[in-house]
Amino acid sequence: MGIVDDVKEQFSFLGGFKLTFEHLTRPRVTRQYPEEKKPKQPRQHGRHVLNRYEDGMEKCIGCELCAGVCPADCIYVRGLDNPPDHPVSPGERYGYVYEINYLRCIHCDLCVEACPTEAITESKLFEFSFTNRADAIYTKAELLVGDDGRPQKLPWEDWREGDDLMTSGWMRATSPSGNAAYEGEVQWSGELGYGVRRPEGGQSGRRDDQATGSKPLREVLENHLLPEDIPLEHRGMKGRMWRAQISAERNKKKMEAARERFKELRAARVAKKATAKKDSGDAA
Amino acid sequence: MTGALLAQLHPMVGAALTTHGDPLYDNGVGWFVWVVDVIKVLVAFGVLLVSVMLMIWFERKLISDMQSRIGPNRAGPWGLLQTLADGTKLFFKEDLLPERADRAMFKLAPYLSLVPALLVFTVVPVGGIIHISGHAFELQVADPPIGILLVLAMSSIAVYGVMLAGWSSGSKYPLLGSVRASAQMISYEAALGITVVTVVLITGSLSTRAIVQSQATNFWDWNLIRLGIVPFFLFLIAITAELTRPPFDLTEAESELVGGFHTEYSSIRFAMFFLAEFMNVITMSAVVVTLFFGGPDGPVPHIPSFSIWFPILWFLGKVFIFLFIYVWFRAALPRLRYDQLMTIGWKYLIPLSLGWLLAVAGFVVDGWWGLGIAVVAVALGTVLVRAFGIGQAREADLESAAVTTARRERPTRPVPGTLSTGEDG
Repeated sequence: MGIVDDVKEQFSFLGGFKLTFEHLTRPRVTRQYPEEKKPKQPRQHGRHVLNRYEDGMEKCIGCELCAGVCPADCIYVRGLDNPPDHPVSPGERYGYVYEINYLRCIHCDLCVEACPTEAITESKLFEFSFTNRADAIYTKAELLVGDDGRPQKLPWEDWREGDDLMTSGWMRATSPSGNAAYEGEVQWSGELGYGVRRPEGGQSGRRDDQATGSKPLREVLENHLLPEDIPLEHRGMKGRMWRAQISAERNKKKMEAARERFKELRAARVAKKATAKKDSGDAA
Repeated sequence: MTGALLAQLHPMVGAALTTHGDPLYDNGVGWFVWVVDVIKVLVAFGVLLVSVMLMIWFERKLISDMQSRIGPNRAGPWGLLQTLADGTKLFFKEDLLPERADRAMFKLAPYLSLVPALLVFTVVPVGGIIHISGHAFELQVADPPIGILLVLAMSSIAVYGVMLAGWSSGSKYPLLGSVRASAQMISYEAALGITVVTVVLITGSLSTRAIVQSQATNFWDWNLIRLGIVPFFLFLIAITAELTRPPFDLTEAESELVGGFHTEYSSIRFAMFFLAEFMNVITMSAVVVTLFFGGPDGPVPHIPSFSIWFPILWFLGKVFIFLFIYVWFRAALPRLRYDQLMTIGWKYLIPLSLGWLLAVAGFVVDGWWGLGIAVVAVALGTVLVRAFGIGQAREADLESAAVTTARRERPTRPVPGTLSTGEDG
């Protein structure tokens, strides 16, 4: 028996052949990155934006707290008194110069925490690159949100769907004073294009994925988990039902979008025909 | 085993000895012979280069599959052109010559690796015999009477490429890598050569064509089975080491030696080493197929004007299986330690192949001789294993003694049955 076990032990490495061969049939874990992406976390730290109030006024008051707190020393702010005849921000002063050097920024979001007026928040965009050091310094012209309240989409940035929507997610996710008892209380100002956004749940256990616009990571990666790690309701027949339901919803959404698009196209075609007819009628 | 084997052996040896050279040269060397030869060389060269390209792609793809990845999939359909893209990139990169390098040797070494890799393929029979306008010729670039010796000679010359590359780089890691590589290649060449001799012994000829023909009668005549399966495994292990493929790739162990002997190489010279390496994988797979699997032998259905393709397909299929196996080795096996490598080579492969060679030689002469030699070989092998065991135990004792001496100051557990004096603690 001893010898048999010894031999088995000696040749146990042969198990590697079986394992690697089995892997041929297993699903691949690679994602086709630029085309296919993992959903981002609802409060992912990405490229900053400078927010504006609903009336279009800038939120930044040039207090330089963000620059003071920045551990990477990447923010440069200079405040200036608001011109009395056409003020830029509702306060006394406004951010006259606002620059962030993205070669230094570590996206810790301390600036977002420090900001007393929720002027600076972060979008989810992290895919932007430069060919030149000067380009890495974003100025106010690039950071400030556009007239629709969305971040400006600069040509060298790779914006994906949803990256620009939750720019103030962090703020709404964090209970005031970090106390879950204050959860759901609005303590922030309105934003251009959105108004006062509703609070995000989930800190005292309740999740509101609809509000955060994301799925839990566990759910996304479920097919890569060990069977025992998959929640009970997602296993077996129940899981199949659940997945079918989800995909049905997704398909419904897709169908609706397609229908919309089709309607648009038809309308466009009809309009074109009408103009063509009209043109030919005019010509005749 | 004895009677059946012997009954097969004698006619086989006789049959093999009747083959003589390439029938192309039977009627003297005319312009047709020249044309055929040039075409054969060009086709072999082109096929080899393309197959290297595909092999690199195949290896990357398969190893990705075995690791649940996707692998190259950007350049061309399914990433087929990835190697071409890499090659193009390497071709246009700056060609660096280290300051302390021996310039001439540094430039020579890649060719010393590449040329033997190319030459080995010339003696591999790829298909049957083709008849065109009254001329018959073999589907192999050359069929010298010393066929299989050329393979051994070339693989020995390739060691020079590796050795000189490491030495001439003028830096430490390449030198270590090349010392490892040359030691490894030379050690395993012994087992390799002895196994080849086993094959030659039973064929009675060095010509690769004769080796293939002697296996062609039926499946049971393949050397794989005729010699007992052991020589095949010995040969497979030996050439894996010879090719410095995983698990014997410690000559270019990335975790220890950066890139091994080609650390200092860049650009096209690096590409040449890479090319040689993969070309060797293909040619050595072809040599295994030739020596043990009957080369292009296999059932050929009677389809007019297509039946000459079947041997080629059989050959390619067999080679492909070995290419798969090499990639599989890489995916499944961890790299050996240097002393383990040497232990396997010298203590197991060489004695085993030598014993097997003697036994086969005995059986070729006479059944009783064979049996006698086999018994003696087993007895000697047992003694050898026992000797290795004793040696290892002694070594372990010495080592542990050295360790205890070195760590005297640290508290040691009292040996049962002795009283602790308290000095140790």
